[in-house]
Amino acid sequence: MKKKDLLLLAGLLLAAGLAALILMAGRRGEAGAVTVRVDGQVVGIWSLAEDREEDIDTEYGHNHLSIRQGAAYMTEADCPDGYCMQQKKITGIGETIVCLPHRLVAEGVAAEGQTADEDGIDAVTG
Amino acid sequence: MKRKMDGTEHGFDFAKGRISGAKTVALCGMLTALAMLFSYVETLIPLNFGIPGIKLGLANLVVLTGLYYLKPQQVLAVSLARILLTGFLFGNGMSILYSLAGGLLSFLVMRLLMRTGEFSPAGVSIAGGVAHNAGQLIVAGLVVHTAKLVYYMPVLTVSGALTGFLMGLLSIRVLHALKLGGGMKKRGER
Repeated sequence: MKKKDLLLLAGLLLAAGLAALILMAGRRGEAGAVTVRVDGQVVGIWSLAEDREEDIDTEYGHNHLSIRQGAAYMTEADCPDGYCMQQKKITGIGETIVCLPHRLVAEGVAAEGQTADEDGIDAVTG
Repeated sequence: MKRKMDGTEHGFDFAKGRISGAKTVALCGMLTALAMLFSYVETLIPLNFGIPGIKLGLANLVVLTGLYYLKPQQVLAVSLARILLTGFLFGNGMSILYSLAGGLLSFLVMRLLMRTGEFSPAGVSIAGGVAHNAGQLIVAGLVVHTAKLVYYMPVLTVSGALTGFLMGLLSIRVLHALKLGGGMKKRGER
């Protein structure tokens, strides 16, 4: 092993830490609603203010989103891994739950009818 | 006539890093099988952090080590064969796509970093691990049409770097066992 190996390791860990800090700083604030996109298309925007249960059925599969006490999370998914049900509940702006097999992204946004895309992050992919 | 006893009589010419003929095919086949086995063993290790993509990268041990005694195109062939075979056996179209993105990007990065001669297999492997995760994340981002997945990059960078480091250290041990120096001595340019 060489010294540069450790430098590379330290550099990457440091960069990851900094990136995490910067990304965290950009997602301040309580989310007012949650936007659900499938294949990049918005399939629903629901307020976090009231509890509700939403079924999201697409050609890729079935997901069930629960909104309870101001937090949105996945309670059902018929994908093989079920990662989306383990992901952290959405309470803040910019927080996401991703279900890759179903090409679904749920994201906390400021309020209904608004997306957190004003920061331009999504401009690349539309 | 004096016979060379440096291993070349078995078709292995470690000094030049070249292996020729049918031996190459046999060796590449065995390495592919080994990499497939590693892929399978990996699925038995429950490393679940709720984020897909965090894994040991055992199969990369074969690719990484292979880079030090096979031609690049041979290693690439082993890597591609492993991805396609395990993909068709245990995965699906999408999982093959993710594997290909990760496998190709990490191969490219590792090969480039190796050529600089500045890093040992440990460093090469660290970069490979991070590149693998980056490649998969990019494809995932394209699939779900969102750049929001960058939020996962920090944690995937850390996991890729750490598991890559671990695999790199293992690879150095393997290379020592194969008496290839493991990057401790300066590698011959090819």
